[in-house]
Amino acid sequence: MNCIIIDDEATARAIIGQLCSNVDSLTVLEEFPNAMQAIKYLNQNEIDLIFLDIHMPDFTGFDFIETVKNPPKIILTTSDPNFAIQAFEYDCIVDYLVKPITPARFQKAIQKAEATPNKSSHTDESSSEKVESSSGNDLYVNIDRRLIKIDIPSIYLVEAKGDYIHVKTEDKNYTVHSTLKKIADKLPDSIFLKVHRSYIINVDKIIDIEDNSVLIKKDVIPVSRSNRPELMKRLNLL
Amino acid sequence: MEQPNLSYIHSMSGGDKAFEQKLIAIINAEFPEEKKEYFKNLAAKNYKLTAGNVHKLKHKISILGLEKSYETAVAFENNLLEGRTTLQDEFESILTTMTNYLQQL
Repeated sequence: MNCIIIDDEATARAIIGQLCSNVDSLTVLEEFPNAMQAIKYLNQNEIDLIFLDIHMPDFTGFDFIETVKNPPKIILTTSDPNFAIQAFEYDCIVDYLVKPITPARFQKAIQKAEATPNKSSHTDESSSEKVESSSGNDLYVNIDRRLIKIDIPSIYLVEAKGDYIHVKTEDKNYTVHSTLKKIADKLPDSIFLKVHRSYIINVDKIIDIEDNSVLIKKDVIPVSRSNRPELMKRLNLL
Repeated sequence: MEQPNLSYIHSMSGGDKAFEQKLIAIINAEFPEEKKEYFKNLAAKNYKLTAGNVHKLKHKISILGLEKSYETAVAFENNLLEGRTTLQDEFESILTTMTNYLQQL
């Protein structure tokens, strides 16, 4: 099996690389310190198996899986045992290795990967958000007990981060204790689109689109497979 | 206090001494940078980022066989995610122990 390793920690990449070198059926083609580089590589190369870290800055392992079209088999490698249930919502994930990875546990994961036929990725297609138009051009957000007015068309990006959302506008950014769903209900669907479970973008502000991501201002935003058709429909394509 | 060891590195290297040296060199290069990031984010009271730094450091804690210290790091990471710095001193003491150990390898 041809494989790649995605992990922001060099030590982890070295250990997984060494464990792979002890398995005749595995060939490590590339290692990547972040998911975005790996996505570009996957757009041009056929891979059988990915060793994927979950905790990476900016773009997590789950963001990566949501973004890649037809992901190959994936073995998650993480120091955090708490994502196991979430992990098995994805058909492409064949095993979940908690660091430090022992040779015996690694062997078992490889056997599972070899025994697993190739499948497509995500089983949950039910999370379509309802987007409703807002009648006015202003949105008020509660920050430190003040209601601050934001001009809706100036918003170019909304990003979910835990219990907060970051609202980015032409001249200022705001961090608000709210959810993506709540703000989606307040933004007009004529210009805003949820492109990923963590991102809503202003379609008018897109600079360019690559296969699985959009550039908006200086932010590269992942586009999940399920949201991509709607994005493409909204573009005035030549 | 619990002392670091190379048991895990020996167990996964399969006796490959060149790999063991290479891995120790990578840890020696990466560990000071991760510590620096940790102290920077902690000083800025950015506890979410600090928790991310602890998360990354705890892998190295486990690689060096520090099992009890690993549990301390897990608890400290959770504290940081809740905006608290409880166990900071204990965690930084682990970092000091690791630093001293790595310097003598």
